[in-house]
Amino acid sequence: MNNWKMVTLVGEDQPGIVAQTTEALYQNSLTLGETSMMRLGGNFSMMMMVSGEGDLSAALAPVAQALNLRLHIDDIAGRLHQHLVPNIQIRVMGADQPGIVARVTGALAASGFNILELESDVAGTAQEPVYIMTIQGISDATVETLQQAVDSLSEEGVDVSVSAIETLFA
Amino acid sequence: MPILEILTIPDARLKQSSEPVECFDDELHAFIAELEETRLAGPAAVGIAAPQVGRFQRIVILDCSQTRRPVPHHGHLILINPEITHWEGFELGREGCLSVPDYTGNVIRAERIKLVAQSPQGETHEYEMESYEARVLQHEVDHLDGLLFLDRVVSRRTDLFQRKVYKKGST
Ligand SMILES: [Zn+2]
Repeated sequence: MNNWKMVTLVGEDQPGIVAQTTEALYQNSLTLGETSMMRLGGNFSMMMMVSGEGDLSAALAPVAQALNLRLHIDDIAGRLHQHLVPNIQIRVMGADQPGIVARVTGALAASGFNILELESDVAGTAQEPVYIMTIQGISDATVETLQQAVDSLSEEGVDVSVSAIETLFA
Repeated sequence: MPILEILTIPDARLKQSSEPVECFDDELHAFIAELEETRLAGPAAVGIAAPQVGRFQRIVILDCSQTRRPVPHHGHLILINPEITHWEGFELGREGCLSVPDYTGNVIRAERIKLVAQSPQGETHEYEMESYEARVLQHEVDHLDGLLFLDRVVSRRTDLFQRKVYKKGST
């Protein structure tokens, strides 16, 4: 059985972060599981499931120092091959305003919606920012029920649309 | 009737192109019956292509009549030598594959297509498909050309950015 750790590395974006980090893991016989890496606001952020016998913090410390990345390691009770397939997608768009994410996700949580992925971004211009968010998740509630749960937000100028994801298996 | 073994990644044979069917004989019909049996044996597959069971001929089966939410469909179809002749629009949707266990991803496909295909008896028919059924057909034709949905997966972010572009275009 694997003992997985969750590794978080964050720092100012520059070329070579992924290559140097994963090379250090490989050289220390450490294995990658599921990962998510993305540039957010000029920073590069990495979340990685890592397992193996090697000394993880010793393996990554030199890279973190060289690239000026903050390193954080947690023991987790993670496993691979535990994917859940989302059946509902929600798109949100509206003038950027305080609490928009909290209000949308609050209404969804009250309907028993389980978020698997959430990505948001700010489009538009500095003068007129537009908040855009997509959420994928699982719910036993129907599209109509969830749409009703978020409809009151549209009066506040936030456009929220709920749709079913029919994942194809073929 | 035997359930056929489904090739799964990283089997290199999944990248092989399939040949057109020329003989519409009893042997073909027997194979189609086995392919259908195999499609139904697994977890609810809406389609299957012959190369997924290691027979490199242009044969696909699809059936979009049993989806959770009803979609426009032509019922149960056995398509021999299907050829897409027209593509229109595009749509992002989530796909999984019998040949790619435990992974799903977002793929852009044409929203509406026209195609020509032969029946198991060799008669030529034309079809117009849209949305989900069109997506399944494009997924299957990819199998015939040695492509997997993995070759077309786009970032989850793509949807966000499409929406941005759309919004810009509409104002
Ligand atoms: Zn497939």
